[in-house]
Amino acid sequence: MTSADFQTLLPEIVLAGYAMAALMVAVYTTKDKLAATLVWATAGLFVALALYIGAGGAGERLVFNGLFIDDPFARFAKVTILLSAAAVLVMSQDYMTRRDLLRFEYPILVTLSVVGMMVMVSSADLITLYMGLELQSLALYVIASIRRDSAKSSEAGLKYFVLGALSSGLLLYGASLVYGYAGTTQFAGILSTVQDGVPLGLLFGLVFMLAGLAFKVSAAPFHMWTPDVYEGSPTPVTAFFATAPKVAAMALIARLVQDAFGGIPGQWGQVLAALAVVSMFLGAVAAIGQRDIKRLMAYSSIAHMGYALIGLCVGTAYGVQATMIYMAIYVTMNVGTFAFILSMERDGRPVSDIAGLNQFAKKEPLKALAMLVLLFSLAGVPPMVGFFGKFYVLKAAVDAGWVWLAVAGAVASVIGAFYYLRIVYYMYFGAEQEPVDSRMAPVQWGMLVGVAAIMLLGIVNLFGIEAPAALAAEALVR
Amino acid sequence: MENQLLSIITFLPLVAALILALFMRGDDAAARNGAKWLALFTTSATFVISLFVLLRFDPSNTGFQFVEEREWILGLTYKMGVDGISILFVMLTTFLMPITIWSCWNVETRVKEYMIAFLVLETLMLGVFMALDLVLFYLFFEAGLIPMFLIIGIWGGKERIYAAFKFFLYTFLGSVLMLVAMIAMYLDAGTTDIVDLLAHDFGSETFSVLGIQVVGGLQTMLFLAFFASFAVKMPMWPVHTWLPDAHVQAPTAGSVVLAAILLKMGGYGFLRFSLPMFPVGSDVMAPLVLWMSAIAIVYTSLVALAQTDMKKLIAYSSVAHMGFVTMGIFAANQQGVDGAIFQMISHGFISGALFLCVGVIYDRMHTREIDAYGGLVNRMPAYALVFMFFTMANVGLPGTSGFVGEFLTLMGIFQVNTWVAAVAATGVILSAGYALWLYRRVVFGDLIKEALKSITDMDRREKAIFAPLIAMTLILGVYPSLVTDIIGPSVTALVTDYQAALPADATAVALNEGHSE
Repeated sequence: MTSADFQTLLPEIVLAGYAMAALMVAVYTTKDKLAATLVWATAGLFVALALYIGAGGAGERLVFNGLFIDDPFARFAKVTILLSAAAVLVMSQDYMTRRDLLRFEYPILVTLSVVGMMVMVSSADLITLYMGLELQSLALYVIASIRRDSAKSSEAGLKYFVLGALSSGLLLYGASLVYGYAGTTQFAGILSTVQDGVPLGLLFGLVFMLAGLAFKVSAAPFHMWTPDVYEGSPTPVTAFFATAPKVAAMALIARLVQDAFGGIPGQWGQVLAALAVVSMFLGAVAAIGQRDIKRLMAYSSIAHMGYALIGLCVGTAYGVQATMIYMAIYVTMNVGTFAFILSMERDGRPVSDIAGLNQFAKKEPLKALAMLVLLFSLAGVPPMVGFFGKFYVLKAAVDAGWVWLAVAGAVASVIGAFYYLRIVYYMYFGAEQEPVDSRMAPVQWGMLVGVAAIMLLGIVNLFGIEAPAALAAEALVR
Repeated sequence: MENQLLSIITFLPLVAALILALFMRGDDAAARNGAKWLALFTTSATFVISLFVLLRFDPSNTGFQFVEEREWILGLTYKMGVDGISILFVMLTTFLMPITIWSCWNVETRVKEYMIAFLVLETLMLGVFMALDLVLFYLFFEAGLIPMFLIIGIWGGKERIYAAFKFFLYTFLGSVLMLVAMIAMYLDAGTTDIVDLLAHDFGSETFSVLGIQVVGGLQTMLFLAFFASFAVKMPMWPVHTWLPDAHVQAPTAGSVVLAAILLKMGGYGFLRFSLPMFPVGSDVMAPLVLWMSAIAIVYTSLVALAQTDMKKLIAYSSVAHMGFVTMGIFAANQQGVDGAIFQMISHGFISGALFLCVGVIYDRMHTREIDAYGGLVNRMPAYALVFMFFTMANVGLPGTSGFVGEFLTLMGIFQVNTWVAAVAATGVILSAGYALWLYRRVVFGDLIKEALKSITDMDRREKAIFAPLIAMTLILGVYPSLVTDIIGPSVTALVTDYQAALPADATAVALNEGHSE
């Protein structure tokens, strides 16, 4: 271990150190009174680190004896994770303060889960992979039940924990099979093993690992926890679940299938394609019946994960690029949407029934318009940026000869359009009744309107995201 | 300046919409008037600038003119241009928009948003007709759904929700299949530039999909995917069912835009993509399309006879008239395609005017039921005259533009398929049936309904709205060369290229047909 090793790991070390220091300071001083400051400090640190990583060195470094890799792909994912986590943190502060939910543990747990995510996307070894994943998951289980006096929140945390533990078990079982047949836990070693033929046991291991990871991205048919956890958790936590962890898990799948099993795309392509199709259709169809906007967003995220998986299953560099761009667009849209959902309330109590949005456009035209843009973007209607995300993955699919998958994605997007449109319908032409209040802190308002503007203005050049995503994909797929 | 002319035309309405959205505050009478005047002024200015383009347009040049090109994301280009086929659709749009805006002077609810919706819609419609990049085209084509969805949904009638959803989802499904086909085209040709794609030969070797022999190969598959989108937009029987619902529920101005311009996007798509890019595929599918058109003409005319709602009747008549258009396009000869374009332009004026006619009495009586009227001629002589004129134009009376379009398309189809021509010709008689019967029930007879006794004739604004439409219908009716001179050379080039692409494959197609029998 040299200083170069530690230098590469610096952002993670800084974050982990910061989390522990903040914990000590908060415990021994003013506890929850410090929470708001901590939220902003944490978000500031995230942004600073995102800038550091984004502007930092080029190239690729494999450190700690091949356990940890820092390449353009990891950097792209890390920047996305850090920025989205920062955005969710700052917009949840007002909501949590007003409802007396803001504990000092919240930003610290978020920090720890972000460290886990950063390790996940940089893993070059099954051990690193599992370590990062568990650090992330354990922090998330606790955050889900952060509303200690609410049965629903506790239920969400418990459900998440039980199902998450099951998926970790699956993953670990798969990893041990892979280790047993490949004789190494390092991705590079596994890659060279599978090039000389794939033993059946290794395939079993691969499938188990993919199943475990599918739980984490909530791809159908491993999605069951998502609606309940989204609904039960406090809304800011739901917003967090819907953004950063999804990017991390998706990037981890990309990392695993390309770095460790890159030589045998035929073996995992079918599995991921099946997951993608089932997720897209299940997400689209099941969301139609939802009345609760948080559950609806849960199914929406399932469908979106299906689209992102399309890019991965085709196994090309272009596909990975498409997925990374899709995820970046997806988290941006979700940040804006949740900024709005956070503000929905009646008499100070949060409301999540979509019927409460009836005639919202009359009361708050600007917010309704911003939301309209976001919903059409989520549905993938041009000229919003969401369309370009879908266009990218469909193009990647057709490019690699998966035309049926592209057609399936296109059809599913029509079904999906229905429930996004229904929210527009409530806001603009719903029954005459008193709509919900929408009390927003300036930060939330800024996020909502800012993201809506991004969705419209992105049509010019997607804010130059193409080049770094292409760089990231080329680093991963060789 | 010269090079950016098309962009200026396209985005001028959008700029006005932004000004309205960002700087106009309040909902008092002054603000409403301001919004209306700004919209009217902008659309009129757009028309004037587009007139300038028309004057500078060189019809003898069959290529694209006023082309402007810029780099864009994803390896796509922002490329705009017009040729003999698209220029008139641009003119139709810019000509009708001020009239549309002026026709909704009486709207009182959410006026600012209403104007914004129409201005944005104009930008998107113009973009469709000018875009020279596949994805840019798709972008404009799809985005047009959003303002129309809102126009129907917010300002529509009682069943507006159902109609808005049906409109959106129907057209969206057709379009996404087109998107997949576009991606496939990009991979085959390596470009999304429409000019390059027009020169590209897409594969037409027969291959089998799931055990079914696809005659015409890739071209047929691409054709079908585009067909899914354009046939819905047209709309062709049997996917026309969204149109009557959307029309009936849309506010008057929405119906006008829908019938006069939005429907033409389907026909324009056939002419821009299907025919020139997939000639073999078009040739394989042409018999089916021709018969679908013939059925559409007869069937929807019969359905129109049975309607009790005026707007629904005119909507079905639109479907029938669009049947002539598809028939003319897929006859794929000079007269047929000339006639199809002529019919689309003329239908833009006539159907727009008919929906305005319904709007005039709807504004007064707030019902579209035919039974609620009768004997209007006693109280509204001017209205009776205008309505009569457009009823006759709709029937296709010689001297009006409606006649020229129907005659040319029938002449074109007669050379290709006599049976289809014979069936379609009966549609002309049926259209006289439903249109005149409608007119008789609404305008003639005794004025016995109590509510109608105090109805007032058209005011000056309403008369002024109809004046340009009457003028255009008459001018094009007696002097059709005005249109055919502009479109002629481009259509000739289109038809020649189309026929030239066939011979080598025609035998192969014939052989395959022989096998399948």
